[in-house]
Amino acid sequence: MTQTMSGIAASNGIAIAKAFRLENPELNVDKRTISDTDSELARLTSALETSIAELEVIQKKTAEQISEKEAAIFGAHLLVLSDPELVGPITEKIKTENVNAEFALQEATDMFIAMFEAMDNEYMKERAADIRDVRKRVLAHLLGVTIQSPSMISDEVIIIAEDLTPSDTVQLNAQFVKGFITDIGGRTSHSAILARTLEIPAVVGAKKAMADIQNGMMVIVDGLDGTILIDPEESVIEEYKNKQAAYEEQKAEWAVLKNEATVTADGQAVELGANIGTPKDITGVVDNGGEAIGLYRTEFLYMGRDSFPTEDEQVEAYAAVLKGMEGKPTVVRTLDIGGDKELSYLDLPKELNPFLGLRAIRLCLEMPDMFKTQLRALLRASVHGNLKIMFPMIATLDEFREAKALLLEEKAKLQAEGVEVSETIEVGIMVEIPSTAVMADTFAKEVDFFSIGTNDLIQYTMAADRMNESVSYLYQPFNPAILRLVKMVIDASHREGKWTGMCGEMAGDEIAIPILLGLGLDEFSMSASSILKARAQISKLSKAEMAQHTDRILALGTSQEVEDYVKQLPTKLKNELGNPLP
Amino acid sequence: MVEKQFTITDEAGMHARPASALVGAVSKFTSDITLEHNGKKVNLKSILGVMSLGIPSGSVVTIAADGADENEAIERAGEVMEKEGISNQ
Repeated sequence: MTQTMSGIAASNGIAIAKAFRLENPELNVDKRTISDTDSELARLTSALETSIAELEVIQKKTAEQISEKEAAIFGAHLLVLSDPELVGPITEKIKTENVNAEFALQEATDMFIAMFEAMDNEYMKERAADIRDVRKRVLAHLLGVTIQSPSMISDEVIIIAEDLTPSDTVQLNAQFVKGFITDIGGRTSHSAILARTLEIPAVVGAKKAMADIQNGMMVIVDGLDGTILIDPEESVIEEYKNKQAAYEEQKAEWAVLKNEATVTADGQAVELGANIGTPKDITGVVDNGGEAIGLYRTEFLYMGRDSFPTEDEQVEAYAAVLKGMEGKPTVVRTLDIGGDKELSYLDLPKELNPFLGLRAIRLCLEMPDMFKTQLRALLRASVHGNLKIMFPMIATLDEFREAKALLLEEKAKLQAEGVEVSETIEVGIMVEIPSTAVMADTFAKEVDFFSIGTNDLIQYTMAADRMNESVSYLYQPFNPAILRLVKMVIDASHREGKWTGMCGEMAGDEIAIPILLGLGLDEFSMSASSILKARAQISKLSKAEMAQHTDRILALGTSQEVEDYVKQLPTKLKNELGNPLP
Repeated sequence: MVEKQFTITDEAGMHARPASALVGAVSKFTSDITLEHNGKKVNLKSILGVMSLGIPSGSVVTIAADGADENEAIERAGEVMEKEGISNQ
């Protein structure tokens, strides 16, 4: 009997495979007195050896499938397992105190965990988590509990998890992981973004997947509409296999559009760009026919490491992206960190209201040395392509002026040092705070371009935390309030001969695209995997037609009314034009 | 017994990756090998020991080896630190 569940469609495509639950088992340790110390020591040795063998496989697989760098952490874990200062005391405790191996392990590791946690350095505090991770592995073997690692998967599966941590996702192998379902998270959570990058179908925020889906159950994940089907009947599987084939066929059709320009039915060109996080993502952009990078999120360069990336490391990454784009426009957003996005080595005070706190450009202006390093790296890399620099979270003209002054200062210094810097770098801002959208006409006189960040613009305009599920109904991209702000920004830029792009999720949305086209948006930046679909859609739309609908759409009252209006547009156009749209 | 001083030049100090390389390399020697920083001495064959010192950039550390292969051990430790870019001798 097919059971249906629904969540948030996070990554396109359909997957049909057996469920693989990625669990976090509870490991309870009791203190026991043992009589046979030799056999207890043998139990410890065996658990350590099994753990070592397991980690060696994980390390090797991670190095082969992801990178040597990501695999390095497992090298450190291996050394902990053979550390004489850890294994020595455990062995000693078993011998002299006649306690069981689990308890001895717990006590000995607790001491190191406490020692690391007491250090006044964020990086060292994080190492306590590494010890816990290693301990969990050995304890599981002592207790006979199985711990799964995504890298050990060697059958085609759909992963079911509460959530996927960055370290889980590092180990995902698209060859075997056909799709995943998580109980928490939204379209913009880390795992959802990763799924789209890897082009794995995914549904997130399913809430009850861990409760209802058992290992080995057949599961269908429909990442197109967020449907999950558990234990489907043969006829349902058949239906979805057809749907999967149709999707693949459509994808192949889009592939034809790969090397085409993006042109509307009435001959107007717009630019379709991609949002990326690392130089590795360039392949996906090129494969999907991206005409630009509309958003390069540089914070990934700062995350998952022990310290700030050096200027040279940053130059390397930026140059790789610019070279990979071969002269196509590349918008690099300066560091957007702080608030809820933390860096282990940057000790920032906890904030009550992180989304309204010291983050992005505010933090960069507060820490000018960190910011200058990034600006210098960008300037040095600028000669390798068509660089455009964008500052995030600009709320006032003062912030923009201050950031731009720092940029010009670093540019002058580099030139004085004899370093070559491009003379044609455009400098723009993200529009994600309502104050900036309202003041767009004034900003437009000083900035070279705008890029509208819809996720934050919606959250700040509607005063609704986008991580808070209880107010998720207020995440309304089509609310006329948002659309009117978008119009203000686009119109303001055009009056000054500048351009406006959009790099939020909305830019790739099929309901939003006709509206944005009518509003005159110049550049649409989205997940690389959405580009061809958007190009196909735009080629069938007339920009002039859409512009005629703009006033009526902006005069509507609710998000739902806008959505309904756009959904019935094709029929409306058909009636008006007398023939169906191609 | 032989000993030698090194200055940690990596701006992140003695972090996990170079520490792992160093511990892994010296563990192959039979000599007793220690690392001293700020008056605290730990077993250089222990990753937890080395990390627990939390050695910041710019620190001077002393590595001492005592045993049959003490000279080779010190030499190897220096090579690894230079290769990992955490110290220039």
